[in-house]
Amino acid sequence: MMIEIQQILPVLISLPIVGALFAMLFGKHSEKGISYSVILATGAHLLLTFTLVGVWAFRHFEVINIKEVVLYKMQGYEFFIDLYFDKLTAVYLLVGSIMTFLITIYSSFYMHNEHGYRRFFTNIMFFFFGYNVVILSGNFETLFLGWEILGVSSFLLIAYYRDRYLPVKNAVKVFSIYRVGDIGLILAMWLSHHLWHENITFFKLNNLALVHNQIAHHQLLALSVAMSILLTAVIKSAQFPFSSWLPRAMEGPTPSSAIFYGSLAVHIGAFLLQRTAGFWEDMLFFKVQLILVGLVSAALSTFTARVQSSIKAQVAYSSIAQIGIIFIELAFGWYDLALIHFVGNSFLRTYQLLISPSIVTYKIREQFFNFEPSADGLTKKWPKKISYTLYMLSLQEWKLDDFLYKRLWLPVKNIGARLNFLNLSNILIFFVPLLVGAFCLLYFKADIPSEIAQYIPEIFALIGLILVIKAFTERRSVRLSFALVLLNHLWVAMAISFNDNVNWEHIIIYLSGVFLFGLLGFATILWLKKLERRVFLNQFYGHSYEHPRIAFFFLLCCLGMAGFPISPTFIGEDLIYSHIQSGQLFLAVFVSLSFIIDGLALIRIYARVFLGPHHKTYHESAYRSS
Amino acid sequence: MSKDHFDVDECLHQIKHYLPAQAPLKDFVHHNTLHAFQAESFFEATARASAMLGYKVSLSLRAFREMYKQDSIPSEHLDKAIRSTYGDVQIPHWREMMLNHKFEATYNPFVGQLRASWKNLYKVDMNTLTHTRLFRILNSYLDQGISIWQFPVTTRGFMSALRELEKYSKVSLFNSDRVQKLFQLNRPTITQLLDLLVGRASLYENYLFDLQFAHPGWSGMVAFIESNPDALLDKRQITLEEAIILELLLEIDVLDTKFGTQWKPLGLNNSIRSIDLFKKAKVTNYQCTLQLWQQAFENTFYDEVLTGIQKNKVISEPHTASFQAFMCIDDRECSWRRYIEQLEPNCQTFGTPGHFGLEYYFQPEHGKFHTKVCPAPVTPKILVKEFGATAKLKRDVHFSKHTHGILGAFLLTHTYGFISAFKLAFSIFKPSFSPAANSSFNFMDATAKLTIEHVNEPLTKDGLQIGFTLEQMTLVVEKVLKSTGLTHDFAPLIYMIGHGASSVNNTYYAGYDCGACCGRPGSVNARIFATIANKPSVRSELIERGIFIPEGTQFIGGLHDTTRDEVTFFDEEFLTSENAKRHLENKPTFNKALTLNAKERSRRFVTINTKASAAKIHAQVKKRSITIFEPRPELNHASNCLCVVGRREMTKGLFLDRRAFMNSYDCKQDPDGTFLLTILNAAAPVCGGINLEYYFSRVDNHKLGAGSKLPHNVIGLNAIANGIEGDLRPGLPTQMTELHDPLRLLMIIEHYPEVILSAIKSNPVTYEWFKNEWVNMVAVNPDTKKIYRFSNEEFMQYDPLDLVSSQLGSLVSQIENSSQNISAQLAS
Repeated sequence: MMIEIQQILPVLISLPIVGALFAMLFGKHSEKGISYSVILATGAHLLLTFTLVGVWAFRHFEVINIKEVVLYKMQGYEFFIDLYFDKLTAVYLLVGSIMTFLITIYSSFYMHNEHGYRRFFTNIMFFFFGYNVVILSGNFETLFLGWEILGVSSFLLIAYYRDRYLPVKNAVKVFSIYRVGDIGLILAMWLSHHLWHENITFFKLNNLALVHNQIAHHQLLALSVAMSILLTAVIKSAQFPFSSWLPRAMEGPTPSSAIFYGSLAVHIGAFLLQRTAGFWEDMLFFKVQLILVGLVSAALSTFTARVQSSIKAQVAYSSIAQIGIIFIELAFGWYDLALIHFVGNSFLRTYQLLISPSIVTYKIREQFFNFEPSADGLTKKWPKKISYTLYMLSLQEWKLDDFLYKRLWLPVKNIGARLNFLNLSNILIFFVPLLVGAFCLLYFKADIPSEIAQYIPEIFALIGLILVIKAFTERRSVRLSFALVLLNHLWVAMAISFNDNVNWEHIIIYLSGVFLFGLLGFATILWLKKLERRVFLNQFYGHSYEHPRIAFFFLLCCLGMAGFPISPTFIGEDLIYSHIQSGQLFLAVFVSLSFIIDGLALIRIYARVFLGPHHKTYHESAYRSS
Repeated sequence: MSKDHFDVDECLHQIKHYLPAQAPLKDFVHHNTLHAFQAESFFEATARASAMLGYKVSLSLRAFREMYKQDSIPSEHLDKAIRSTYGDVQIPHWREMMLNHKFEATYNPFVGQLRASWKNLYKVDMNTLTHTRLFRILNSYLDQGISIWQFPVTTRGFMSALRELEKYSKVSLFNSDRVQKLFQLNRPTITQLLDLLVGRASLYENYLFDLQFAHPGWSGMVAFIESNPDALLDKRQITLEEAIILELLLEIDVLDTKFGTQWKPLGLNNSIRSIDLFKKAKVTNYQCTLQLWQQAFENTFYDEVLTGIQKNKVISEPHTASFQAFMCIDDRECSWRRYIEQLEPNCQTFGTPGHFGLEYYFQPEHGKFHTKVCPAPVTPKILVKEFGATAKLKRDVHFSKHTHGILGAFLLTHTYGFISAFKLAFSIFKPSFSPAANSSFNFMDATAKLTIEHVNEPLTKDGLQIGFTLEQMTLVVEKVLKSTGLTHDFAPLIYMIGHGASSVNNTYYAGYDCGACCGRPGSVNARIFATIANKPSVRSELIERGIFIPEGTQFIGGLHDTTRDEVTFFDEEFLTSENAKRHLENKPTFNKALTLNAKERSRRFVTINTKASAAKIHAQVKKRSITIFEPRPELNHASNCLCVVGRREMTKGLFLDRRAFMNSYDCKQDPDGTFLLTILNAAAPVCGGINLEYYFSRVDNHKLGAGSKLPHNVIGLNAIANGIEGDLRPGLPTQMTELHDPLRLLMIIEHYPEVILSAIKSNPVTYEWFKNEWVNMVAVNPDTKKIYRFSNEEFMQYDPLDLVSSQLGSLVSQIENSSQNISAQLAS
C-alpha cells in the first residue's frame, strides 16, 4: 500500500535541488533558462504534492513513517534519514509548495536584470529544499539536517545585496541568533539519546504509551529535552525575547522576505513544537512556559507593531504576535486550529508584504479624503505616564535588540578582548606543545588516577572553547582565526577521546571533514592573500566583488568545516555527542558552545573577507547607512 | 584657513544647500540632484562634488571603452572631442589616455574623514550605535499613517514634543543620566553640544557635514519639510537644527554609556586636522579623460540629431488641418504624436507644458485638502473644486489596521488569510485593477463638474480665489496659443491632451505623472483649458488680442495614460453634431496611434515579444500597469536627452526614439524672443531637472540614486529605505535608470542666435543652466538651418559629423529587432 508514497517522497524532497542544479547550468544572465528551471521544479513539486496529499487522504490519512537511508551504523548507534508524513506535514507541505511556486513565478519577472538573478533562485531552491527536509523529517537527525540548510540559506538570502553594509551585518546577526537556536536542537538530540537510547523517530515519539512510560521514569531529563526544543522554537519563530531579528531579516528583495520571513521560515518554530507535541503534551510546566512565551510575545509584538512607521517592520511584528497565539493554541492542544491559523497568517502576511509598496498610494489617498487632524496623546483613557511609557518602550522594540546584544554577544566579545594577547606565533609556541602534552596524556590514559581523569575532558573542551572564542573575536588575522577553529575541533576530539572508550573510527569521521575542508579553506585564504593586499577581519572587505568564485569556494569550505551536511563532520558531531554521558552537562555545554561559535566564527570570516562594501573604491559604492 | 569662530546658522545654511532636496513621495518631482553645485560649470562642479562627497559623476572608463569597441562611440568623435578641448597636436596623447592608459583612481571624499576617528581612535562605531535610534524617532514623528499609534505629541514642534514625551515617560530615549538632564533642563544648542563632543571650533563645520552626510536621506527629508511644511498633509514642525541636536545628544549618550562621563572630546586629539571641504578639486588626467569621453558620447547622439534636422525636408503644415492636438512637452508624447501624424497626415500636433498655462489648486469632491496641479515652483492663488462626483473610494483589507491588532488579526488570519491566498494567485495569473493600484483616470471623476469660472464668492480660508476670472482665463488661452504659434488656421476640433500614468506597487507613482502638473495627471488642466477656450466671452476677448477663433471650432480635453497607452476625452456631450461626427472619426486615429506606440515602447520590455501584432502587444502593455510584480510598468523618462523648441516642421519625419521633449514655438511670430524666454524659463529647469536626475541616478546609482527597487521598504509614507534600519534613499531606482544613457540635455532652439542670447540673458536663473553647461544648447537658424552651438557664453557655428549609416533598414524592423537606443534618422 505504501510503496507509492515511499517512492514519491524522496523525489519531492530532491526536486528543489534538481531545480537549483539545472538553474546553475545556465549562464548568469540567461534569465529564461534559470527561471524555467526553478518554475518547472516548483511546478512539479506542487503537482506531486497535490497527488501525494490526495492519495494520502484517499487512504484515510494514514500516518506514514519511512526509514529512508542509514548513513552510519554500528552497534548501539544508527544515524539514519527518516521521513514522516501526517496531517501536520501535509498542511505545511501544501502551503510551502503553493507559496514557493507562486513566488518563483512572481520573482522570475520581478528580479529581471538584477545582478545575482541566478544566485537568488538557487538560494530560494536551497531554502525550499531545507524546508522540505524539515517538514518531512521523521527524526531529529533528519530535521537537524534541514534546519542547518534553512539557517545558511537564510543567511545568504538576507545578505543577497552583499555589497551593502546593512544586509551583511543583519545577515550575520540573524545567523548568530539562529545558531543559538541550534544549541537547543543539539542539546535536545543529545538528551534524547540518553532518554531513548536510540535516535528516536517522531513516529515513536507520538506513540503515547511508550512516551509516557519513559517520561515518567526520567522526568527531569524529559523536561530538559522539551525545554531545549522550546528554546529552538522560540528563536526560529522570533518569539520573546528573540523577536528583533525578524524585521531585520527583511533586507533581501521583497518576494524573498515575503515568503520566508512573512510565512515559511517564521512558522517553523511552531512546526517543531507541533511535531513534538506527543512528547510534551502532558508536561504541565512546559505548557505553562509555552503559554507565557506566547502571551508575552503576542502582547509585546502587538504594541511594537502599532508604533512601527515602516511597513515591513509592522507586518513582521504583527506576524510574530499571531505566532505567539499559535503557541498558546498548541499549549491548549488545539492543533487543528493552530494549523488553520498558520495557513491564514502565512498567506495574509506574504501578500501584505508583496503589496507593501502600494501602501503609499492607498494610504495617501485615504488620508486625502478621510483626514482627521490628530490630537495629542495615544488615547484619552490612559494617563500620560502609562501611555507615553508604553509608546516609548514599543518604539524601542522593548529594548530586546539591545538585550540580546548585551546578554549574548557582549560577554563573548569581552572574553575575546581578554584573549587579545594571543597571536599566530604564541599560539604555536603555547598550544602546540600543549596539544602534544595532551596526546601524551591520552597515550597514558590508563595510568592517570581517575579523580584527575574525570575532569580532563571538561578541561580540554574548555580550552577548545576559549580558542574558538578568540577565533570569533579576532580583529585582524584571518589565518589566525581560521587556524583557531581548526585547533578547537582538535581539542574537542581530545576531550571526547578521554571521555569514553575511544572509538577511533568516530574521531576520524568527525575530524576528516574538519581537516579536509579546513585545509582547503586555509589554502583559499593564502591564495586570496596572494592576489589581494588587504585581507583582514577588522572591517568588511567585500572581496566577492572581484573574486566571486573564490568566495563561493571558501563558503563551501567554511560550511564543510562547520559540520554542514556536505561533510562527514555532520555525522561526526552527532557521534561525538553519543560519547557524552547524560550527567556531563558541562562537557555537553562546552562542546555545544564550541560548535555554535565555530560556525559563527567561520561565517564571520566569510562575511568580513568576502561580503560588504568592496574596500577598493574605484567604482560607486553605497553609503554605509543605506 | 582656520576658522576659530563657528557660525552655526551659516553652517546649517551650507549643509541644507548641499543636502538632497527630494519631496515626500506623493509630491515626487524631478530636479537636478547636484543643484548645490549649479553655480559652477558642469565639469568643474562635478569634479568638486566627486572630491567632496565621493560621488561618481560619469560612466566608468570601462563602460566608455566598451561602447567604443561596439562602435556606439565612433572614433571620429574621440578626435573631435580632443580637438575642441586640446587642439589637434594633442590627439595621439589623449587618445592613448582614453583608450589604453591604466588609471589608479579611488574615491576618498573629504566629507566623512573627521568622524571616522571615533572608530579609529575610540573604537566606537558611532553610526551603528546612533542611526537606528535617530531614524526611528524622526520617522515616528513624521509618519503620515503607517503606524497605528501616532507619535503621542504632534501638535508641537519636534524638540518640544520630544521633551514632553521624555517628561512623562518612565523610559528615556537616552541611557546616560547626564544626557537626560542636559536634554530636559539645559536645552543645549548645537554649539554647546559640539563643545562637549568635539571641543575645537575649527572642526565644527567639518563635523556637522560628516554627521549629516552619514545619512543624507534623512537629513535631506528633514530640511525639505522644514522649508516646505505643506509637503505633509498631516503637518509637523521640524527643523534640521533640532534633528542635529538630537543626533549630537545621542552621540554623547553613546560615549557616556561606554566610557562614563569622562572622555576626551574628539578635537583634543592632536592627530586630527581640519579639512577645507569646499576647495576646488585638483584636475587629474583621469577626470580630463572621462570628460573627453563624456563629450564624445554626447556629440555622437547630438550630431545624429543635428544632421537629421539639417537634412530634413521641410513639409509645411497643412492650412486646413483636420484637427489639431496639444500634448505635453513630455518625451513620452513624442512618439505618440509621430504616429498620429503618420496615420492622419492632415492633422497638426503641438507641444506645450502639460498644465496648459493654468496655475491653481485642485480639490476633488470630499477631499480634505487641495493639491497643486501646476509646476512645483509656482504658488497659485486659485482653487478649482470638483462637485457632483459619483466615484467611491475603494478599500482593501490588507492595508487595514485591523490586520495588526491582536484580536482583529486573529479573526482575519483565520478567515481573510485564505482569501489572501487566492488574491495572491490571481494577482500573478490574472492581474486586475485593485484599490492598491494608482490609476491616472481616477484623479478626477469625469462625470463631476468643476468650479472653473469665478463668480464673486469670497476667498477661501487659505486665501484662495475660487475659479478663474475672465481676464485670467483669456490670458491663459492667449499665452498657450501665442507661445506655440497657433494663432490662425484653426481646425474645427482642437484637442488638449494631458497625461498621467497608472501603476501598482510603485512608490514613485508621482514621478510617472505629469511634471508640469507637479506629479499629478493633467486631466483637470486639459478639461479646464478646453472649457475656458470654448467660452464665447473668452473668444471675444481674444479677438481684441489678435486671435480669432472661428465659431465652429471647439476645444476638447483628454487624458493620455502613458503606461497603458489609453486615451479618454472629457465633456464630449458638448460637441456640436458636426464636431461630434468628426471626433468619432478622429478617435480611431488616436487609438491606433496608441497601439502602435505601445508596440514601439515594447521593444524595451523583455517580457514582451515586439514582433507580435500591435494589438496583442497593447494588451500586454496594459497588463503591465496592474501587475504587482512588474517593477517597470513603463520606462518613464529613461533615455531623454533632447528638448526641441521650434516649429514641428523642423523635426517632423525625424525619428527621435522617444528621447525628446518638444515645445512648439514659432519664431516668426516672436521676433524679439519674449515667448521664447517664457518657454525656456520653464523648459530649462523642468527638462534639465528631469535629465540631470536621470543622469546622476544612472552614473552613481548607489549614492545619488535609490539603488534597486526590489528591497525597498516604505518609511512613514514619505520615502523609501532598504530594510528597516537604513537611511532614506532619494534619487531614482535602478529599474528606472538602467536603460538611460547619461547625456546632458541638448536644447535645440529654432531662432537666430542673437535673439536667443539676449532673451535668456535677461533671466539670470535660466541663463545659469546654459552658461554653466548643465544643459547644452544649439540654435538652428530658421532661414539657413545653420547650427550654432552655445559654449563659453557665446554661439559658435557648429558642423555636426554626419556618420549615420544609410543602411539601417526600415524603422519597423529596427524597432522589432533592437532593445537598444536607435539612431536619430529620417523616416524614409
